Parts: sequence; C-alpha cells; structure tokens
Amino acid sequence: MSKEVLTGAQAIIRSLELLGVDTIFGLPGGAILPTYDPLMDSKKIRHILVRHEQGAGHAAEGYASASGRLGVCLATSGPGATNLVTAIADAHMDSVPLLAITGQVGSHLIGTDAFQEADIVGITMPITKHSFLVTNANDIPEVIASAVLIATTGRPGPVLVDITKDAQNQKFDFVWPPKLDLPGYKPVTKPHGKQVQAAAQMIAAAKKPIFYVGGGIIRSGASKELLELAELVGAPLITTLMARGAFPDSHKQNLGMPGMHGTVPAVIGLQRSDLLITLGARFDDRVTGDVKSFAPEAKVVHVDIDPAEIGKIRHADVPIVGDLKEVIPELTAELKKIYATKKQDISEWWKTVNTMVEKYPLGHDEPEDGKLSPQAVIKRIGEISGPEAIYAAGVGQHQMWSAQFIKYERPNAWLNSGGAGTMGYAVPAAMGAKVAQPERLVWAIDGDGCFQMTNQELVTCAINNIPIKVAVINNSSLGMVRQWQTMFYNKRYSNTDLHTGSDSLMLPDFVKLAEAYGCLGIRVEKEEEIDAAIKLAIETNDRPVVIDFIVSRDAMVWPMVAAGVSNDEVMYARDAAPVWDGRE
Amino acid sequence: MSKHVLSILVEDKPGLLTRVAGLFARRSFNIESLAVGTSEIEGLSRITAVVSVDGAPMEQVTKQINKLINVIKVVELDPEAVQRDHMLIKVKTDATTRSQVLEAVTLFRARVIDVVSDAVIIEITGDSSKCAAFIKILEPFGIKEMVQSGILAMGRGSKSITEKVSK
Ligand SMILES: Cc1cc2nc3c(=O)[nH]c(=O)nc-3n(C[C@H](O)[C@H](O)[C@H](O)COP(=O)(O)OP(=O)(O)OC[C@H]3O[C@@H](n4cnc5c(N)ncnc54)[C@H](O)[C@@H]3O)c2cc1C
Ligand SMILES: Cc1ncc(C[n+]2csc(CCOP(=O)(O)OP(=O)(O)O)c2C)c(N)n1
Repeated sequence: MSKEVLTGAQAIIRSLELLGVDTIFGLPGGAILPTYDPLMDSKKIRHILVRHEQGAGHAAEGYASASGRLGVCLATSGPGATNLVTAIADAHMDSVPLLAITGQVGSHLIGTDAFQEADIVGITMPITKHSFLVTNANDIPEVIASAVLIATTGRPGPVLVDITKDAQNQKFDFVWPPKLDLPGYKPVTKPHGKQVQAAAQMIAAAKKPIFYVGGGIIRSGASKELLELAELVGAPLITTLMARGAFPDSHKQNLGMPGMHGTVPAVIGLQRSDLLITLGARFDDRVTGDVKSFAPEAKVVHVDIDPAEIGKIRHADVPIVGDLKEVIPELTAELKKIYATKKQDISEWWKTVNTMVEKYPLGHDEPEDGKLSPQAVIKRIGEISGPEAIYAAGVGQHQMWSAQFIKYERPNAWLNSGGAGTMGYAVPAAMGAKVAQPERLVWAIDGDGCFQMTNQELVTCAINNIPIKVAVINNSSLGMVRQWQTMFYNKRYSNTDLHTGSDSLMLPDFVKLAEAYGCLGIRVEKEEEIDAAIKLAIETNDRPVVIDFIVSRDAMVWPMVAAGVSNDEVMYARDAAPVWDGRE
Repeated sequence: MSKHVLSILVEDKPGLLTRVAGLFARRSFNIESLAVGTSEIEGLSRITAVVSVDGAPMEQVTKQINKLINVIKVVELDPEAVQRDHMLIKVKTDATTRSQVLEAVTLFRARVIDVVSDAVIIEITGDSSKCAAFIKILEPFGIKEMVQSGILAMGRGSKSITEKVSK
C-alpha cells in the first residue's frame, strides 16, 4: 500500500495511471483546470485535445470498441459536460465501456446557478450505468477505481465522475489501492449448470436451429469460443449490426445480418427456425420487426450477462445469465457429451436455407444518373483494405451498405452507432480507434450529412499525427431519410437536400475543407478512379485523407422490412418480395 | 392492472431516490406509493414501493431496479404481508359535530392529536382500505387538510429481508 500527499487533481491522474489508462480525449475549461495541470506532466497518459467534447466522447468510444479496453474522456463543467451527453447516450445504448470525467463548480457553489454549473449527474442519470459526484478529495481514488470497475465489468457501459473544483485542489493522503465498497454490484458471470444442460438438450433436439449472435460476443471477446460451438452444432448463424465480425463472414454457416436491412436468408432463417440460440443479442426492434410475428415457431435459448435483457422483449424458454466467455465453453462441453450418443440431422433445414442463400444474394442496382454506385465504392474499400483494417461508419444508408458489402472476418473491426444511431460518430470514432491501434488501417465511412456534424476532429487528427482515412459517400442528401420519403412520402423530399454534390451548390467543397484541415483531399467521380484513390489514401500516412466520392442519390438500401411490420414482409428490392417456404 | 408491494434495500447515497424514481418514470412503471426511511442497518435505507403493472412486466421492474448500483436487494412481498398507511387529517368541528367525530375516531382506533374550537387533527394508521373507509366517514364533517405517508410493509414471521446482508 502506498501513501503520499497529493492534490485531488494529482490523485485523478495518478489513479487513472495506476488503473492502466494510457489515453484521454478531452478539452479543458475552468472547472477542470486543476486536473489539466498534473496531466501535462504525466508520462503514462497521452491527452488528445479535441475540438468539440462530443468528439472526445466518440473518440473514447472508438478507442474502446477497437481495443476492447476502457475509453476515457475529460471535460469541464456546464457546456463542456453537456457536449459529452450524446456520446454518453451512444455508449449506453451500445454497451461501450466509457469513463467520462467532468469538472464541477466548487462545492459551496453547487445549487446556486453558478457560472457554468450544470447538474450533469442528474442530466446523465438515465444514460449512464452509474455516476458519482465527488466533493471531497479523499474519495477520489475509490471513486475512480469503482467507476472503472463498473464501466468495464458485467454489461459494459458509460460511467460519469463529476468532481468539484475544490476537491481537485484539496490536498490529502493518497492511498493506493483503495478499498472498494459496492455491495449492490455483483455481476453474474458463471452460468447455472442446470440451465446450460437444459440449453444443450434443447439445441441437440432442434430440427431448425439458428444462432442469433449479438454484440455481446464482441464485448465479451468470445469469438473463438463461438466458432467452436457453432461448428460443433453446424447450424446457420446470423450476426446483428452490432455483431458484424463476431463470426467470420467467409464462413459458410454465416448468413449475414438480420433485421430491417438484413439479408433475406438471415431474416427468413430467423422466421422459420424452431430454436433461436441467442447469444448476447437483445431482440431490438430493428431485428424483430413486429415482435408478435417474429420467429413464431421458435423456442428461445437466451444468454446475456444482463438479467434484465432476458425476457424483456421475447420470452426465453431457457434463460442463462452469465458471461458468454464462460457460458459458451460450458455449453460446448455439454453438447459434446450429448453428441457422443445422438445428433439431430439438420440437413433438411440447410436445404431450405441454402435455397434462400442461392436465390437471394446481396446485390445492388447500377445507378441510372451516371454517378458512382455507393455500394460499389464501399465494396472496393473493403476489398482493397482487407479484414485487418478497422471500419467506422456514420449513420444512414452508407452505414447499412458498409455493414452489408464489407466482409468482416474478426471482431472489433466494425465500429458503428447501432442503438442510438448517432450521426457524427464516424470521424471521431475512427480517430479513437487509430489511437488505440496505430498499426491498423482505419477508415471512417461517412455520409455527407454525418460528416458535417463532427468533421472538426480532422484537425485533431492532422495535428496529432493520427492518419485516418475518410470516405465521404456523398449523395448530396440525408440519404436514409430521403429513402423513406421516396418510399412512404410520395417522393416529397422535405428538407433532405444537402447541396454537397458536384452538380449542386457544392457547399461545402469537401476537398477544400480537407485541405483547410491539413488533410489530403481527393474527389472521385468516375468508376475508373475508385481504386487508385483508395490506394493513394492507404499509402498516404503523413496526414489524414478525405475522399469525396460523388455517388448517386437514388440508390436505396435493400433488402428492407418496413418499420413495425412483420419480417415475413421483407422486400428483396423495390416491388420484389422473396418467395419462400414452398410458395415458389 | 395488478398491484405489487416491493421492499427495496438501498445504500443511503445522495441522489438515490432520484435514481429509483427516475427509473420508474423512464420505464413507464406506475408507482402508487413510495416510502423511504432508514433500516436497522446503518448506511442502508429501505424503500417500500407499491407498483401497478399489466400482467407480465413485473419481473422487468424488479430486474431493472436491481441493476441500479446502489440497490442491494429487491423483494416482492406477498399480499399477506403487513401493510400500513399513516395519515393526518384535519377535520372541521363545532359543538354539535365534535362528539360524532370523536365517536368515529374511537370506532376506527384512530387518535386525536390536536384540538381547537373549530377543528381537530386526527392520526390514523392502518391498511389502505381502513384508511379509505375512515375518510369516507369524516368527509361529511369537512376535511380541511390531509397528509398521507406511503405504504410501509413488512413480511410476516421471524425472517427479515436484511438477513445475509451486512454493511
Ligand atoms: C439506421 C439503422 C438501421 C439499423 N438496422 C439494423 C438491421 O437491419 N439489423 C440489425 O441487426 N440492426 C440494425 N440496427 C441496429 C439496431 O438498432 C441495434 O443496435 C442492434 O440490432 C442491437 O444489436 P444486438 O442485439 O447485437 O445488441 P447489442 O446492443 O450489441 O447488445 C449486446 C447485448 O449483449 C449483452 N452482453 C454484453 N456483454 C456481454 C457478455 N460479456 N456476456 C454476455 N452478454 C453480454 C448485453 O447485455 C446486451 O444485451 C440499425 C441501426 C441503425 C442506426
Ligand atoms: C444526430 C442525428 N440526427 C438525425 C438523425 C436521423 N437520420 C438518420 S440517417 C439520416 C441521414 C444521414 O445522412 P448522411 O450522413 O448523408 O448519410 P446517407 O444516409 O446519405 O448515407 C438522418 C438525418 C440521426 N440518426 N442522428
């Protein structure tokens, strides 16, 4: 046990160092100034000065999602803290381990509407896993250690620590390690043996089983374990938007993504199955469509570390609370015992599934306006960059195409905002990912709308030598919203034109913008230029790169299940519903 | 709609009540009553909440409450558990009605705790139906003011919800 007199501010930095934090994204201001002083001397922590606190939050998320480690962001009180709110909400929805530290006005000023006072603990209560207000320096080591523990264990999530300025300035005896006192926090990681046996029996008996794989596999780092289990059972498997890469796309059991923009085999595979082997997925409405008609004949085995997810949307016939990293090996072992004597033949099921796979592959139309096909651009980025790269997407059509047309072979390669759907996630998240994994090629695949929300972080990248590559899939519109207007609002395009295309006002000019930010800017309008531009971007590492791909605004995301309708109504393309289940 | 009585053992931390109440609100769980106070263990408070839900989601309510870091234990009490409401009622009285009011007080085993020439304050403890019946009797005299605690509840028998909990 070490003991030393420190200020609260020094204790914050020291605690973070001792907990293994090596990077903080943040921006100073009055109430956090005391902490920025010792931060300057830290040999272990690299602080990256962002241009907007939302950028700090998403960068910390990108850092966390690419590496599987905790992401940390730092901001001042009031507006600094409220600028973090969107990123905190995002981390909450997608179970991202995030620590947000904010300065607060002096404790004697709290409640007086003091300058830059905001009740950030109150504001973020519904969107954090937990939060702390610290008014006494003596509590700092314990609170920071507790916050890190809570953020990174059980179901990961964001934790906020709000620390008053006087606590930062107060001198006290710093003692490490602190004693943690969290009697109400005991995440269950080890599954109940009986439940595992029941699950194994149910899997062994199923005639039409399917693995419903969610983001929990990635958060738990259980991809290897999953591969062994999946190959043992031999059933088809689908990966949610949050689980892309949890299981290799090249594997023949992988049917791709389910849900609103999922593949036909994945959507119908779930619908027709008699057993959903649900691993770290949460029956999101983008996946289930109308819940009442979702997978109507299926029983459900549901494994999740958060007991509240089990039975929340869909009844679980076999509920298992535990960490997938521990549950899956036990399940595999149980199944091996059963398979030693009997194994259900599922070849009929595969026949049905394979018919859909052959009939309904992912595809896309060629644009009729002579502009680039956005799907083709994204596909080439994936093919040229390969599975070792990291791909962070914004929110919209380009996000869906990135999920569909890039092939993921490993976990933590695909970063996006699934639960919240936060436009502006891509650039700062890619920045955070590149900081966490500097040896990897990191792409932000962004929309022209999303890009305009957080592109100021390109300066942060340029100045701090964080050479990310940004592909702006420029359809000159809020494409995803426009697609809905095309389909459901009689092509009345209310407020979705962004004027960023090369035949419009072209405001802003993304190439000039890139150059102003110290990046290499490239514009691509012709198909034959696509590959060369991608290669030039990959080779350019002395600064970030922005490629402005001018694409057709009429391209649509297919397949599609309209919001709230049954998955049985999946549309393969406009006016084309798949024929399945003997109705051919 | 079915009614459930929950006993929630929590760490006595600032903002705790906001966390619990906020959770109820954002998950659209209906709270009918909420009472908070210290427990027999130092540092731990006990909340009694009466929640009404439609059918199945009661399990969601307890699971979500359990997720709050400062919550140590959530127990749903069975309907036979002891349940008590506590009320103070200020009733108008005059020379002619006072004796009738006092008769009702005796009948319901309530107590008069303040008397002035034109009003009395009455205290009553009991389950919700007894308190409701008492109010009905008093209404004709004129209720000037009324306050009510949330329901307090405790399981019968010698067991306690804090067994195996130490601080
Ligand atoms: C424009 C748009 C369109 C979308 N369309 C689709 C779509 O077509 N298809 C689709 O799939 N999604 C789509 N989404 C995403 C969707 O909104 C949800 O975010 C997503 O489906 C949820 O993924 P998930 O079920 O894997 O759960 P996640 O949100 O990834 O949750 C992970 C689960 O795993 C659990 N967990 C975490 N760690 C562990 C552990 N160690 N052990 C066990 N369990 C653990 C958590 O408790 C949680 O329940 C779309 C989003 C947007 C913005
Ligand atoms: C912060 C925020 N505001 C609004 C939305 C609603 N929304 C979802 S997709 C989308 C369009 C995104 O446009 P763009 O970035 O150009 O991507 P595209 O769909 O064209 O690929 C909008 C406005 C959102 N998800 N997030």
